[in-house]
Parts: sequence; C-alpha cells; structure tokens
Amino acid sequence: MTVLELRGVSKAYGQGAALVEALHEVSLTVEAGGMVAVMGPSGSGKSTLLTIAGSLEEPSAGEVLINGAPLSRMSRNDKARLRRRTVGYVFQDFNLLPGLTVAENVALPLELDGTRARTARSAARAALDGLGLADRGDRYPSELSGGERQRVAIARAVVGDRRLLLADEPSGALDSVNAEAVMRLIHEACKRGVAAVVVTHDAQLASWADRVVFLRDGRVVDQTAPLPGPESLLAPGHTP
Amino acid sequence: MSVRHALLALLSEGPKYGLQLREEFEARTGEVWPLNVGQVYTTLQRLERDGLIESDGDGDDGPQKGFRITPGGSEELAGWLRTPPDLASPPRDELVMKVLVALRVPGTDVHQVIQVHRRYLVELMQQWTRIKELEGESDLGLALVVDAELFRLDAVVRWLDTADGRLKRAATDPPQTATAALPRPRRRVGTRS
Repeated sequence: MTVLELRGVSKAYGQGAALVEALHEVSLTVEAGGMVAVMGPSGSGKSTLLTIAGSLEEPSAGEVLINGAPLSRMSRNDKARLRRRTVGYVFQDFNLLPGLTVAENVALPLELDGTRARTARSAARAALDGLGLADRGDRYPSELSGGERQRVAIARAVVGDRRLLLADEPSGALDSVNAEAVMRLIHEACKRGVAAVVVTHDAQLASWADRVVFLRDGRVVDQTAPLPGPESLLAPGHTP
Repeated sequence: MSVRHALLALLSEGPKYGLQLREEFEARTGEVWPLNVGQVYTTLQRLERDGLIESDGDGDDGPQKGFRITPGGSEELAGWLRTPPDLASPPRDELVMKVLVALRVPGTDVHQVIQVHRRYLVELMQQWTRIKELEGESDLGLALVVDAELFRLDAVVRWLDTADGRLKRAATDPPQTATAALPRPRRRVGTRS
C-alpha cells in the first residue's frame, strides 16, 4: 500500500534571473513498511523534498499524495489534521520542548489532536518503554544525552500509530553507536508498517533503507537496485 | 593477508588440531573470511619451521596432528599485537586512478563515473547492514568485521563525494596561476627520525 507519493514535484524560489530551482520533476513512492533514503550533497534539494512531502511547503508543480489523497485538494484543517495524526517528523530543528518532560513531549502530538491527556500519556509511556527509555519519562530534555533525546524524538514521531515518518539527518551529531541505535528504531517502526523517508548524506545511515535515491541539483539522478537476500554476500565463491 | 598471527592467537589458548584452527578462525570472524585448508597447513608448516609452534611430531600429517605454541611464538604474538602495521605507503587505489583518468578521456563525464561507483558501494553497504541488522547483536565477531567493512566502503563514498565537489568547483572557478615551478619531491609520510 502506497503511503507517500510524489508525482513530478518541482519547487522554484524567486523569479526571472534570480529563479532557483530547488527540485525538478521529482517522483517517488514509499510503501507501508518501506524505508527510502535520499542522498545528495548540500543544495541537492533533499531537505526541500522532505518539507514538501510533509505538507509543510507547497510544490510549484506536481502533486503529493498521502495514503492516496492529494494534498492540493485538502483544506488547511485537513492538512493540519494530517500533520497531527498521520505524519511524524524528525527534523534537525524540531527539537523537544525544554519546558515539558520527556513523557509530555512524546504525548504532545496526541494531545494536540484532541486525545485525552491520560490516554495520551499512557501511549507516550508505552512508546518510551519500547525504546528502553521508560525511566526517562519524568526527566526534562536537558537531562538526557544527545542519543537519548534523539530516541525520544523518534518516539514522538511514531506515537499514536502514525503511518509516515519523515526524518532529516536523524542521527545528526551522534556517534556511530548511537546513530546505529536510531536507525534500528526507525527500521523497527518500518517493520510495524510505518513508511519512512530518511534524508542523509551519510552512506552508512542510508544503507539501512530498502532503496536509496540519489539527488543532485534538484533531480533524481539514480537509485539503488532492489536488494538481493543477505546470504549472497556470504555465498561461497563470492567475489567483491 | 597472512593469518599466521591469528593462528598463533588461537593456539595461545591451548593445543589444537589444524582443522579445528580453521573452524575457530572462521567462527570467530563471523564466517566472513573463509580459510582454505591448504593455506592453513602451509602457514602451520612455516610457523613450525620458524620455531613459533611445535607439533605432536609423530610424522603423521593427518587431521589428527596437534599443534602447540612455543615461548618464541608467544613472544612473537605479543609483539605483533602491540606493533602498528606499516600504513605509511598508500596502496595504489584503482578507483582513485579511475577518477583521475576519467578527467582526461574524451567524452567521459567524470560525475557519471563517480555516481556509478557510488551506487555500487551503497548497494554493497545495504547488504552488509542487512547482515548486521539480522545477526550483529548476537555475534560480536561478525558485528566487528561487518562494521570494519562498512567503514571501509563508507570512506570510499565520502572520498567520491569530496572528489565530486572539488571537480565541480574546479570546473567553475577561474584557473589559478601556478606559482613558479618548484622541484616536486617524492611525497612521503610516516618516517620519523
């Protein structure tokens, strides 16, 4: 089941001689349970792709569909509801709110959507439990390590049965042990049916995805072939 | 790559048979580096010749022949563990050569050459990450070996990204005037007096 589809999405800023094309006719689909990584250098348009996919920005041309519904035909309220219920964001500057505890942070999207506080809090604690962060619920973000904060951000992005996870450099400045823990979490969410798009310049992180799409100057220039089974790397007579 | 020190390490745990050494080597390295039986026995012969191990010595070269490490072998092993290998001479790297050469071959888009290799490397890394994901948490040897391979491939991807960027900038920047021709020394690192 296709959760996210971008059809010929283009995005331009400015006008005339100052026109900058951040994206040019990008098409992409992500199925439930699938993880797509988007790799490319700075300025390739990968972060713009994510904000447009998440309905935070409108494309100049083309269409975005979430669960088959085109965003262009949605009202502002519908889009807001989509952002509260269906889409989870793990963005670089979308930090945890420092004045709320960890559990309150994770519960927040549910409460904003009208879920009752008690239900929201227990969903939040369940999510934190699943990430081995049960004892952190009553702490404040400033009391957590960078790795723990990032895992909480992911808990917040998948709480309440969200179906689409959009992540921009989710392992940010973390060391490789913590970075791997973060990718495992996202991968586990995908195993539960979440569709994920991860933007990254880091090939090790991208390698967790089923498919890697390469962006350059706003265009998709390449993508990886479908994966064979992992046993092929260890088969006798394998030549690298 | 010589496995003599790995075999010495396994023997430092206690006497073992040739086939047992092969099995243990492979099991402890996540079954990623298969060892050829002939290679094991040749290496054991050399170790014995060098006095680093000794065998049951009943003249029988069958699979029941046992081997033991000698004091000389233990010393050799200890020295190897604490001595960094010679990494001072960069090996000739085929991919680096390919990119340098692609700049000169008429009609070649070096950025395409780079992308073809980048995609191939990322596809390999996907397979290794899958293995790590499935078995890495229960097999420490495997996790270490796969991590090493992932970092190795990742380093190449990062070099390709840097090369891509440098080449793009060089194509658009105005050419720099060269400073007066200086004699070009052979570039050497690593030697300390």
